[in-house]
Amino acid sequence: MDDPLEIGGDTFNSRLLIGTGGASSIEAIESALVASGAEMATVALRRISPDARGSVLDVLERHGIRLLPNTAGCFTSRDAVLTARLAREAFGTDWIKLEVIGDDKTLLPDGPELIDAAEQLIDDGFTVLAYTTDDPVLAARLESAGCAAVMPLGSPIGSGMGILNPYNLALIVERTSVPVILDAGIGTASDAALAMELGCDGVLLASSVTRAQEPAVMADAMRRAVEAGRLARRAGRIPKRLYAEPSTTFEDAPEL
Amino acid sequence: MRVRLNGSDKELDDGTTVSAVVQRYGRGDRGIAVALNGEVVSRSDWNDVKLAEGDRVEVLGAIGGGEQETERWTTLSK
Repeated sequence: MDDPLEIGGDTFNSRLLIGTGGASSIEAIESALVASGAEMATVALRRISPDARGSVLDVLERHGIRLLPNTAGCFTSRDAVLTARLAREAFGTDWIKLEVIGDDKTLLPDGPELIDAAEQLIDDGFTVLAYTTDDPVLAARLESAGCAAVMPLGSPIGSGMGILNPYNLALIVERTSVPVILDAGIGTASDAALAMELGCDGVLLASSVTRAQEPAVMADAMRRAVEAGRLARRAGRIPKRLYAEPSTTFEDAPEL
Repeated sequence: MRVRLNGSDKELDDGTTVSAVVQRYGRGDRGIAVALNGEVVSRSDWNDVKLAEGDRVEVLGAIGGGEQETERWTTLSK
């Protein structure tokens, strides 16, 4: 079924995005990326060293996966904007997954800094995909600022707690016209399926795959979960009821 | 002259360019960005910009895959 994801004027056939951090080796991330079917993967900018091994850039290029730089580790608008500009210089893309962290224990986003950075980057011509909390008001502010996608968390980065507030997530989905990508907190396949069932347009995950005992197997599970959740959302689920509703009615039942 | 390169003090010849510093890493210049004292140095300026005593230089590249590498955070603002 043709059901592409459109972000910032570009289309993607896969609704699963992979974060490349946390893998034990470049080979592990490569096999996971291939198994995931992802067409876009995030990378961070870090200090390079002369003894670095194979580059994640080569892996992405080899498999035709689009690179989405992020601003992971930035705690201020200033650092995030500078990191985005460095990423544009390094990778020749004006797409950025914007993260501005406000707390080093929970890695929760800092709303005011995030909006400030988003506004500056959008003014500077960037296509901004903003990592945000599950607050519908903040998501609306980011959309108004001109973000190409909002990326609410399910739960804190790397926590694997899944989607802690499905109600808020459903509100964000209902009120947002740009794509909503669930980002952070996914622990296992059912979390990814739930995100899609709630109406998210896509899922970005990293740790649940890169730190799984078998990353490529989990990546395959995530691919199927995102597809299944998307199909279920489109199919329209039955309402939940307190009591049973027989699938075969009692009409014409024999009296035995 | 002494500069701060990726968080370590380094002794470099006077007149060392940004381009020469990037070449030290032996990775070519693909996927590399350079910040000098908290500002982006455009690729087109790498050959012309010369470092000065006390400069803070960050030479950055894509990281993904590898626990060790993800630990290497930078501090862009001072």
